[in-house]
Amino acid sequence: MAVQTSQKGPTGMTQKLVVIGNGMAGARTVEEILARNGDFSVTMFGDEPYGNYNRIMLSNLLAGVETEEGIFLNDLAWYQENGITLNAGVKVERIDSEARTVHDSNGVATPYDKLIIATGSYSWTPPMKNVHNPKRGYHQGVFAFRTLDDTRGMIRYARDHERAVVIGGGLLGLEAARGLQNHVSHVTLLHAMGHLMERQLDEKAGQMLQASVEGKLGIEVITNAMTTEILGKDRVTGVKLADGRVIECDVVVIAAGIRPNTEMVANSGLPVERGIVVDDQMRVEGQRDIYSVGECAQHRGSLYGLVAPLWDQAKVLADHITGTTGVAYTGSKLSTKLKVAGIDVASMGLIAPERDEDEVIVYNEPKKGIYKQLIIRDDVLVGATLVGDNSKAASLIQAFDRGTALPEERAELIFDIGGPAGEVAPAEMADDAQVCNCNGVSKGAICGAVSAGCKTVSGVMDKTRAGKGCGTCKPLVQRIVEWANGGAAEEDPAASWYVPGVPMPKPELMAAIRKYELKSVSSVFDKLVPGGQHDAKSKMGLASLLKMMWADQYVDERDARFINDRVHGNIQKDGTFSVVPQMKGGVTTPSELKRIAEVAEKYQVPMVKLTGGQRIDLLGIPKEKLPAIWADLDMPSGYAYAKSFRTVKTCVGSDFCRFGVGDSTALGIAIEERFQGLEGPGKMKLAVTGCPRNCAEAYVKDLGVVAIDGGRWEIYVGGAAGAHIRKGDLLTTVGSAEEVIRLTGRFLQYYRENANWLERTYSFVPRIGIDRIREIVVDDSDGIAAALDAAVEEAVQSYKDPWKERAVPATPGQFRTSLPLTVLPQVPVRS
Amino acid sequence: MKTLALTALGPITDIPPGEGRTYAVDGEMIAVFHLRDGSLRAVSAVCPHKGGPLADGQIDNKVVVCPLHLYAWDLATGCSQSGQPSINVYPVREDEGRILLGE
Repeated sequence: MAVQTSQKGPTGMTQKLVVIGNGMAGARTVEEILARNGDFSVTMFGDEPYGNYNRIMLSNLLAGVETEEGIFLNDLAWYQENGITLNAGVKVERIDSEARTVHDSNGVATPYDKLIIATGSYSWTPPMKNVHNPKRGYHQGVFAFRTLDDTRGMIRYARDHERAVVIGGGLLGLEAARGLQNHVSHVTLLHAMGHLMERQLDEKAGQMLQASVEGKLGIEVITNAMTTEILGKDRVTGVKLADGRVIECDVVVIAAGIRPNTEMVANSGLPVERGIVVDDQMRVEGQRDIYSVGECAQHRGSLYGLVAPLWDQAKVLADHITGTTGVAYTGSKLSTKLKVAGIDVASMGLIAPERDEDEVIVYNEPKKGIYKQLIIRDDVLVGATLVGDNSKAASLIQAFDRGTALPEERAELIFDIGGPAGEVAPAEMADDAQVCNCNGVSKGAICGAVSAGCKTVSGVMDKTRAGKGCGTCKPLVQRIVEWANGGAAEEDPAASWYVPGVPMPKPELMAAIRKYELKSVSSVFDKLVPGGQHDAKSKMGLASLLKMMWADQYVDERDARFINDRVHGNIQKDGTFSVVPQMKGGVTTPSELKRIAEVAEKYQVPMVKLTGGQRIDLLGIPKEKLPAIWADLDMPSGYAYAKSFRTVKTCVGSDFCRFGVGDSTALGIAIEERFQGLEGPGKMKLAVTGCPRNCAEAYVKDLGVVAIDGGRWEIYVGGAAGAHIRKGDLLTTVGSAEEVIRLTGRFLQYYRENANWLERTYSFVPRIGIDRIREIVVDDSDGIAAALDAAVEEAVQSYKDPWKERAVPATPGQFRTSLPLTVLPQVPVRS
Repeated sequence: MKTLALTALGPITDIPPGEGRTYAVDGEMIAVFHLRDGSLRAVSAVCPHKGGPLADGQIDNKVVVCPLHLYAWDLATGCSQSGQPSINVYPVREDEGRILLGE
């Protein structure tokens, strides 16, 4: 036996692995061991005369939405193929840990080198009169709901009967009640406690669920209903409750809970409390070669009845038994997300607040049967209950599991705000569905990268380039990677780093740069990267950071710059560049326009285009012609290529407009004049509009200023109208243009110092929270306003028009062509 | 590696440290990079993905990143790090301040 799965023991002999229990835990553990090329001869014992099936699906079988074949995980052929001896329908009666053998109901003794106990649970029957018939176990018409045989019996019997009672209002009872509706005309659910699913739901949520179960499904629910007696002599005629009420019925299903199967194990002298006591390697306490896994195992005092912890336990056990050292199961944080009887329910952690300072967020919409409750402690999600809407369950479970920081806007935790309506479930997407619309990456390609071994979101993004365009699809990419990974992506430690090549988040990185006075990009790599390895993809972010930190003292290594910043133009698909001269506030003059027109003609510029930022773009300029064009234009750079302050869009304001209430044009020009060329972690696009009609689109800018009647200005921050659309948050309202300029500088400096690389204000502002930003920038609660003002002033003073490099190139061959200009995609000339 | 007759391309000071420049040699367009560790690398100048000018890309001591779509290639082997076709690599070295391409 067991040719494919022979593990050599210390003596060179194949080790004998015996598994008691052929349920989900036992079989999964064996699968995990096989997946690690575990070399054992495996013998399994199962009470039930079948292969291994998915017990969770029994309710679907009962409801008629799944077939028996459909719920089998491993049929008998699987055991054969893997060389596993399956003793189906054979009960183990005793474990002899001294002699290392197990004795079964056929009187056979089977020796083992390693033993795994995965005996699971049995259905618990509350004490009730007349529930058992001395001759045949349960009274006729009374069923447990635990095994395939239970389910088959129930279906067979219920077919010819009319009224069913289900005892137990937990998950299993609700599923049984729903399933029975498929077979009988009337179902009553009796629950001994005050509300349904009291282990997972608080009272309110339980009541919401009850309302839906009654209203939508037509199941009658009675709570506080202690069943004391089964009525009927030969066959069931009803049940009697403690208060004397009688519920007529002809079928009774008991789903009042489960208890671990530990009797045989305890009788064999192994340590059993509520369950079989195991250590962090899933070894039975005091035993070197006996393990226990699944519902029967008690780990650090906890018993688990859900599958997710079981999968974790199986992995640790498999790692340990196949020789991986240092693995440990440390317990599971329990969360469930499921449809209970067709109604969405999710539950994790606490069901009620425990401390006065616990933050409780509740949303309740009885008409739709929706209830959501979150419990937050120290800014970490410690409990959540959802009924009727699981659209946010996945992200909540993730926040709960990982203890990640929560958004300032708590509402974002329970609703999708500003995002696409409804999350797409990866499982429901076709393989060829395009996920990344910028780089044309399908769901299939993402899953392919995962199965090829890429387990982190950033790894998959690097590999496939999904999410590397505008970035809007990143959340979906993340969900697909997690789904393809079987639930959770591996954490990428680099995710918190400012740039991928230096292992530090921004605050630590800045502290180290200051401490060692690192003023050039290469010195950062040399000093702060173990091994001193340089990283091309980190250079641009570091260059930006160092320039911000050191201003004039920054040692400018030109190779640290992206090509756009080396030649002060935006590279185009054919390797040419675009030239956008500064045009402050979108205001120009006839003579400027004439010069631009003459340049465009002289150099046969292929396209002249107005930009969204109210400027003129000359496209298709070869690199070597840039200096000459700048000279002829004799205008400063508009910085339309850099991660920097770009432009201030304005409307005509009060000079000409009938509605304008403030001189937005003059203010816009003044702001642009002051902050021109200011580098940052991302682009900074601004606008000033002369009245709330918002012609300059100030509500959707990184910083937008809106004139309101009475000579006052509103300042909005964190707006966006690119791939991501967000209305800015009102930072404050001020009374003068000078005040606008001062707060603009202070906000931009705070953003420059604290945002992550390429993090635009539309992410940065919600991440920090507008209230916190207002405290710092407007109220100066942290006492850093003066420092921010000074820092931005220094940066402003170090401004130089980069197009002045036309006279003396900064490096040899700075403007030399890099292109053969023959094989490239040619951009058509527009005449 | 592709074979090329030995050609002097000019002084190494033509290429600032950490940058690349394109040279036309024997009908081929070749990007030569001057690594910050002082050594030289030479690869085909045109990105096989969409024709981007690799000499305009950012480098470290191992890879070049195309400026158009940020795909990366190993400068020593020409292998793509992101599933793209490989690029040609050419022997190149410094000799008394001159760049010598080919062999």
